[in-house]
Amino acid sequence: MWNSPAEFFAMGGYALYVWSSFGICALVLLLEPLTIRARFKAIIRRLRQEHLADQFDRENGK
Amino acid sequence: MNQVNNSSFSNNRLINWFKLSSPSTFYPVAGKLIPIFWVLAALFGLAGLWVSFFVAPVDAVQGQGYRIIFIHVPASWMSMFIYLVMATWAGLGLVFNTRLSAMMAQSLAPVGAWMAFLSLWTGAFWGKPMWGAWWVWDARLTSELILLFLYLGFIALQASIDNPRRADKAGAILALLGVVNIPIIYFSVKWWNTLHQGASVSLTKAPAMAQTMFLGMLLMALCFWMYSIAVGLMRVRAIILEREAHTDWVRQLDEVKI
Repeated sequence: MWNSPAEFFAMGGYALYVWSSFGICALVLLLEPLTIRARFKAIIRRLRQEHLADQFDRENGK
Repeated sequence: MNQVNNSSFSNNRLINWFKLSSPSTFYPVAGKLIPIFWVLAALFGLAGLWVSFFVAPVDAVQGQGYRIIFIHVPASWMSMFIYLVMATWAGLGLVFNTRLSAMMAQSLAPVGAWMAFLSLWTGAFWGKPMWGAWWVWDARLTSELILLFLYLGFIALQASIDNPRRADKAGAILALLGVVNIPIIYFSVKWWNTLHQGASVSLTKAPAMAQTMFLGMLLMALCFWMYSIAVGLMRVRAIILEREAHTDWVRQLDEVKI
């Protein structure tokens, strides 16, 4: 169907429309899991700090 | 006697589904399921992209520009389907007062909003070359825009109420009221004269398109579906930890105790 890579990227003259649709789609589907991972890491970090603070309190409590 | 019977009844089952409704048992299960859904999303996505770009023939009327369909239709389907799932979880949370259902609804709202956004975005980039306009106030487009606003309203409403249980209830009522918009979107192309074309795929008729085009759309829809589950489970795990931070089971987690 495509005779050359250039023809593929030209998308029969619809390159702007096809690639901005697929590009934004790929960007969204990539960024969403990354932001969730950052959120997950932030809550884990907070919980670890609380855990360490508790331990510290217990050791120096007496 | 009765108690003995009850316990043996629940022990005999392979999986006790009611146990899974507790955040502490669901959290590790979700963690194990996430990689499976990522693998499925990647497999369906690669196959779908291959079919979309290299197998499906060029369209007689729209040339290569029609290939936007392979993400436009799946994103639109998912935006509506996720809303129904979200409203179901929110409703279950309202009726049974279960914490996890409300968390599931909360975790699905952003991915649904993104799907609605993608549906509108790809629609605009498809409409411009084919209709000559990025946007028209057509029934299909307008009702899909309202769906995006419903998602954003749900997220904003939940974020604006400090007490999480009250936020869940308010959000659930909004989500359930918004369900009325879903049939409006779905049937808009039948009920009104719209610039938007009729349904590409209908449950009652054979698809009015080449088999390979239909296959590409189906594969991409499965990819978006698996992606939504993976992302939903990832977010619900973060929400569980945030909301249950004060509990003992969270403090006993291996990832926290290091």
